[in-house]
Amino acid sequence: MIMPRKIRHVLNDGVLYGVLIFVCIFMILPFFWMLSTSIKPEEEIFRLPPVIISENSNLDAYRELIFDRDILRIVGNTLFVATASTVLRLFFCSLAGYGFAKFKFPGRGALFAFLLGTMVIPFTVLMVPLFILMMRFGWINTFYALIIPGAASAFGIFFMRQYISTINDELMDAARIDGATEFRIYWRVILPIVAPGLTSLGLIFFMQTWNDYLWPLINLRSPDLFTLPLAIRQMVHAGIARPVFHLQMATSVISIIPLLIIFLLFQRRFVEGITAGAIK
Amino acid sequence: MSTTSIITLPSEKLRARAPTPKRNLWKEIRTSRWAYIFISPFFLFWLVFGLYPFIYSIILSFTNRGTGAEVDFIGLANYTLLLKDKVFWQSMLNGSILFFMYVPLMTLLALVLAVILNSKRVRGFRIFRTIIFMPFIMNMIAAGFTFQLMLNEKYGLANNILAVFHIPPVPWLESIWGARVSLCLLVIWAWLGYNMVIMLAGLQTIPAELTEAAMIDGASPAQAFFRITIPLMRPVILFSVVLSTMGSFNLFGELVSLFQNTGGSGPMNATITPLLAIFNQTFQNFRFGYASALAYVYFGIVFLLTLFQVRYFGGRVD
Repeated sequence: MIMPRKIRHVLNDGVLYGVLIFVCIFMILPFFWMLSTSIKPEEEIFRLPPVIISENSNLDAYRELIFDRDILRIVGNTLFVATASTVLRLFFCSLAGYGFAKFKFPGRGALFAFLLGTMVIPFTVLMVPLFILMMRFGWINTFYALIIPGAASAFGIFFMRQYISTINDELMDAARIDGATEFRIYWRVILPIVAPGLTSLGLIFFMQTWNDYLWPLINLRSPDLFTLPLAIRQMVHAGIARPVFHLQMATSVISIIPLLIIFLLFQRRFVEGITAGAIK
Repeated sequence: MSTTSIITLPSEKLRARAPTPKRNLWKEIRTSRWAYIFISPFFLFWLVFGLYPFIYSIILSFTNRGTGAEVDFIGLANYTLLLKDKVFWQSMLNGSILFFMYVPLMTLLALVLAVILNSKRVRGFRIFRTIIFMPFIMNMIAAGFTFQLMLNEKYGLANNILAVFHIPPVPWLESIWGARVSLCLLVIWAWLGYNMVIMLAGLQTIPAELTEAAMIDGASPAQAFFRITIPLMRPVILFSVVLSTMGSFNLFGELVSLFQNTGGSGPMNATITPLLAIFNQTFQNFRFGYASALAYVYFGIVFLLTLFQVRYFGGRVD
């Protein structure tokens, strides 16, 4: 079809924006529905036609969660586990990343290849024996099980090695001449320089632990130790095993708000951490 | 090194790999002891929480270990038993079905969106990217329950929107294929942005002049896309497809929230994945030995599948 170029351009742009806006609506809709359900009165959740935003919207669900269901404790649990595990992993990853990036030592290539190779083992294979190991350690129903076993991350070491290898050696040499120990160089010279990289990696780690469901499900038994994803699933009517959707949705909203804020503030770092593995 | 001086710099001393024939390995190891100390935490942790479980799992798979104290070696009995395990093979089949249902669609969509956003013709690039990527941060329990509400056959938003166009209600969560489509919707919703961001990063390494030159020479945008963009993006596409392959066999949180009534298995086990099947054998039936055998067979098959993908679609790695 022959059309004046200008009309064709406008049409093309119209199609492009149409596709983008349609995709965006699909992406936002569940966020919106979650929020609107969490403030609906319980009896309006299942009604025909569906209530988009209730005229009787209220914060009762949030009030119940905070005062009767001790949700702040759950938030605290999640925050503690995610922070502790992120800090520990960042420490190990940056330390090993430094070792691989800035030292030449016998076996370096083989050890690094081996480290990358460990990434092909899926969690599915380790799940049963790790659970038995946790029982032997007496770590079932403790936060140790959630923090310690995941502390060594091969991907994190790979990421930090890339980052640290761009640092100029002369900085380290200057510190060595001043008599600094190797650990001190890592702590005082390397860590401050790679702070942006640590942020990127830390955001990914934090999000993974915050959102993890399967491993906490396997290990945690008492409801007062639960993390947020467990709490959402476990939210039932007092005494009756029937889910209460406005409470579930309110807990869901609470579970995504911290991540949403972090994501919007640090979007560039976030994206950097995610693309690092895919693009050489 | 630019500094030519009389003193040997410490890093040279540490990093020097003496090219002389009298290479003293022990001395080298001693001078680089710090490097070993720095990398050792990973390997120590991996020994305890990686290698040990990995090997222990093989041993378990030859036993009838359960919750009881008595454990016997039963040879290959677990493996012969699993050959006839309908639920397990259904779960492997489901993983493959889900793969074909959503991976090609999602990968293509992610690539197309990335090309659109990369073309500089769209204003508000950042806003679109942010919104499309946003679902990635949501935990799958929250997302699954939200989708469950929206896809409810009678009261859900989806069927009520369809009703406006006089389309009869779809049994999203209650029928075999409806359940699979629902699951794909959830997975695409959650992961499209992630894949798009990866593709965007890949596109930014391709010089724009390449496609521009082709279009000046008379290639249509579609030709430029299929002949230039896709071949150059092959490593990135492969990365995204390999991750999605593993993902489709490893769904868990999505299932237990979306198909809460059936414990995640869906109608007639339509959505059970190998991970969920192994989880059920472990934590509902307490058959630790049998679950380990399942896990190993699953690992073997998915490992071969990944190798195949890398070998036949990866091309030359340079």
